Amino acid sequence: MRYEAPNTLDQAVALLAAELGEARVLAGGTDLLVQMRTDVIDPVLLVDIKGIAETRQIREEAGGFRIGAAVTGAELKEYPRLGSVWPGVVEAANLIGSTQIQGRATMGGNLCNGSPAADSVPALIAAGARASIVGPQGRRDVAVEDVMLAPRKLSLAKGEIVASFLLPAKPPRTGDAYLRFIPRTEMDIAVVGCGICLTLDARGACTAARVSLGAVAERPLLVAEAARVLTGNEALPVLLQKLDAAARAACRPIDDKRGTKDYRIKVAGVLARRAAQIAYQRARES
Amino acid sequence: MAKHHIAAVVNGDPVEFLCEPGDTLLDVLRDALGLTGTKEGCSTGDCGACSVTVDGRLVCACLMLGVEAAGTSIGTIEGMANGEELHPLQRKFLEHAALQCGICTPGFLVAAKSLLERSPDPTETEVRYWLAGNLCRCTGYDKIVRAVLDAAAEMRGA
Repeated sequence: MRYEAPNTLDQAVALLAAELGEARVLAGGTDLLVQMRTDVIDPVLLVDIKGIAETRQIREEAGGFRIGAAVTGAELKEYPRLGSVWPGVVEAANLIGSTQIQGRATMGGNLCNGSPAADSVPALIAAGARASIVGPQGRRDVAVEDVMLAPRKLSLAKGEIVASFLLPAKPPRTGDAYLRFIPRTEMDIAVVGCGICLTLDARGACTAARVSLGAVAERPLLVAEAARVLTGNEALPVLLQKLDAAARAACRPIDDKRGTKDYRIKVAGVLARRAAQIAYQRARES
Repeated sequence: MAKHHIAAVVNGDPVEFLCEPGDTLLDVLRDALGLTGTKEGCSTGDCGACSVTVDGRLVCACLMLGVEAAGTSIGTIEGMANGEELHPLQRKFLEHAALQCGICTPGFLVAAKSLLERSPDPTETEVRYWLAGNLCRCTGYDKIVRAVLDAAAEMRGA
């Protein structure tokens, strides 16, 4: 196996595009090294992208935040203002693993690892984040919900790298939240995850929403129907019941050791209601 | 494939080592540098026995490649005591009998030191969450948590 640590995206793309064997991008490595260790993958080339400035920076852009794909969870938490503007995204990223994992793990890696249960992904989707992808054909911006296709399958072409994410400018009276269910309090993989971002008008009625569910399908879902019901005219308890039903209707989970299909579907509805209530509260306070 | 020649700083001392691209930082510390205080537990980032700091950040040495350590400053358990004088955390672990078999202890000490550098007066909950990535199959954790809180109090001069 070769290890390369280029300083530019062009070099990184060229290395990945030219390699005929299995090539992998290395960001934090907290999934990649485990997969190498357990012989799930056996790459002939690792391209470490942490030497590339864009992947390691957070900066304010277009009223929002440009976050490098290789910024760690710990760095996200420490960056001033990010956690107060997009608390759902920062909290979701910080749910991944232990303190030690937070020191290395990245949102770029969390997305490109291609797990339907990735915690930061539904939060990014709910927030309307876009991935900036660089490859042999140049740069393109893609909604985060369109990056992952199925377990371990991404919509990236050979040689393409997720370089950074853009969290958009947050409209007034907007709040986001992410909740996941695990059978203990720490250090586990989501049975279900739910990210919600919603915007209120001056009277407190929801005018726009995005709802995303993780671990209930082959990839994290953006659930348009769940978002639509939140903008209805009914009283909040009615809206939340409709949200619960819409979230459940979107699920197409599998049975596995972490939960059955029926259980995941039920939990998806409950988490959607709870996440929406937190997002409402944050929108009112923002 | 040629080995990589890496220069880094370990416990304040400049070091150089050769490593294969696939060698972890844990392999390098233990096998190339002879620093066997950092333990190998699970090798998958779950147990925290290999906890070290890299540029002040707590990480699992098994989840980082040796080549990624180029130019960094690494802190291991060997850098914790000041000569013969134990770090307050080490003393408190002994006083509280916060270890039995001892395999997890270096990782707990390195992780706890990293916590107290950021948070000199942590709550018990903070200690438990910070150390959630360090597994101990002997003690049941209570004595470890008490030792950390007691060390924190002593270090604050309380």
